[in-house]
Amino acid sequence: MLESLPLERIDVASVGAERVKMGSGRPLLYLHDGGGIEFGAAFIERLSQNYEVHALSHPGFGGSDLPSHYDSVDDLAFFYLDYIEQEGLEDVVLVGAQFGGWIAAEIATMGSDRISQVVLIDAYGIKVGSRDKQDVADIFYLLPEVIAEMGWHSPRPGTKAPTIEGARRIARNRESHSLYGWSPLLHNPKLVHRLHRITAPTLVLWGESDRLAPVDYGRAYAERIPAARFELIKEAGALPHVEQTEATARAIETFVAPVTA
Amino acid sequence: MRFWHFTEQSYHPGWDKTTDPLRIVPPSSMMDREVVADLFHRYLDEYRLADELGFDIMVNEHHASMTCMSSVPAIPMAVLARETKKARLLCLGVPMANRMDPLRVAEELAMIDMISRGRLEFGFVKGSGWELYISNSNPARMMERFWEAHDLILKAWATRDGPFSWEGKHFHYRTVNVIPGIWQHPHPPMWMPGSSAMSAKIVAQKGYTLASFLCGHQAKATFAGYRKVYEETWGRECPLDRLAYLGMAVTADNQAEAEKRAHALYAYWSTVPRSPAGTFNPAGYAPVEANAQAYLSGPAKQMSMGLLPDGKPLPAKPTLDELAEAGLLFWGKPDQVVHQIQRFADQVGGLGHFLMMGQGGYLDHKDTADSLKLLAKEVYPAFKDSAPSPEPIAAE
Repeated sequence: MLESLPLERIDVASVGAERVKMGSGRPLLYLHDGGGIEFGAAFIERLSQNYEVHALSHPGFGGSDLPSHYDSVDDLAFFYLDYIEQEGLEDVVLVGAQFGGWIAAEIATMGSDRISQVVLIDAYGIKVGSRDKQDVADIFYLLPEVIAEMGWHSPRPGTKAPTIEGARRIARNRESHSLYGWSPLLHNPKLVHRLHRITAPTLVLWGESDRLAPVDYGRAYAERIPAARFELIKEAGALPHVEQTEATARAIETFVAPVTA
Repeated sequence: MRFWHFTEQSYHPGWDKTTDPLRIVPPSSMMDREVVADLFHRYLDEYRLADELGFDIMVNEHHASMTCMSSVPAIPMAVLARETKKARLLCLGVPMANRMDPLRVAEELAMIDMISRGRLEFGFVKGSGWELYISNSNPARMMERFWEAHDLILKAWATRDGPFSWEGKHFHYRTVNVIPGIWQHPHPPMWMPGSSAMSAKIVAQKGYTLASFLCGHQAKATFAGYRKVYEETWGRECPLDRLAYLGMAVTADNQAEAEKRAHALYAYWSTVPRSPAGTFNPAGYAPVEANAQAYLSGPAKQMSMGLLPDGKPLPAKPTLDELAEAGLLFWGKPDQVVHQIQRFADQVGGLGHFLMMGQGGYLDHKDTADSLKLLAKEVYPAFKDSAPSPEPIAAE
């Protein structure tokens, strides 16, 4: 998956990062899920048919550096705001999946004239349920096979890292996911109180079979964003962009097109 | 060599009541309060007996676990600070990276050191991976927090000219001022566990006592690594009292009884793997490189049980004799136990402290007390005279 992505090294406000920039058209900034940029390789390629896709490994993931002071999702949100400004991107479509959806929601609450539309796919980040129960599954506790069972619509066999470099990326992805998401578990307690600030048209996409972050959680997310639309992706779990790449890309294109026109 | 009595203060009556893990998830409804209270008093009685018999004392800490009810080690330490007279009181230890409030740890231990009139010894431990699911502290960057807490606690104890402020990366205090102060100024003797020459390195650089736990002859390489770095760092021979080993020990005046007790004590070992499967190594707990290697090679087939003297791993179901040979369980009549401990100490290159799990598994009070008395009378004298120094040396 990773092999198909033309990765390059860049600096973002003095943080070394790896980036994929593919296709042409309106800029679309894709924020990857906790599995790393490689999980979304096919999705990135598919989106690049119609957009200029920008995708970076979040600091600490894949081959991107982890500054010693980075430890929260707002560090990542500022990192991406720096990136958008540094690249001079305008009229950006911001797309984030799962963990990346949390980052996208944080960015959107911070506000940027450069972002025109937001797409959140099975995003983490908010707390809406009762305090004595976890809103989303504890992926840092559950066994990989249980996470797979809860996360995929059609469970697929786990893949083993073929090389030490690939294994290092997995180890970094997992450690950084934990760094940013361990506690409070995959959310920022303040984010839910800031969602009203998202003024950009927003599409909330959710895999109908997601049991890590269930559909009701997704609906609650959408309800708190003023200009949000909620759509289910059929036959998809927590990662619709991986499991239903085409349907997810089409939903985004349909949502984005009227504004572009 | 100094002997330290240690028990995990388990709730063993619950071990066979569930097939579930014994840590993190067992329902607390399984605990019988009468039994729990009796057990706590029993373990404290055994610690008090150990003091009377001339042993030192070690206490540890785990959470949400039927293998170890000592979730707040400052509590047994505080009881023992008053109830015991001579024993050194070793807390080994506090998982520092899991503590939100290291100043509180400094204060608790300072009180224990004062009440015991300077009998506290203190260990900083990384702690097991599953503890992070209870403390909720992040496995990522945990050693960074560990060392900041370490530095803060030592400065808090050492400082005698009024408050200072701490504005670190992880911990923040406008006023740090440990009143009542610490008896053993600037700090009590310090300990740290290590299970390899690599993890022993930093312990040697600090000059703290290195404790190797239940690893058999793996301790040989660990101690060798420690001695090498100690000598490089401090420019002198490594004192014996910097090297400690934790093993199980039980005796009786006849072979059949000793064997029965050894089986009862060894039952402790069956609890070691009983944590929820995914909790041994939460992401970030082990370094990236180690995790990457593990992903490549797949999960370990079984937990390592320590090494035999020839460097080979113990078989999955070792005999009591193999356990003795490996240095995991010293058992038999007193003269056999003397021989086994002496042989192990010689094979690993010398030992200053024997951290003796004198109670564990299903070993009951009567057998524990009888075994401790025999150990004190007929085993310890063979080693006590070779104690390197009557008073422990503080860390450099």
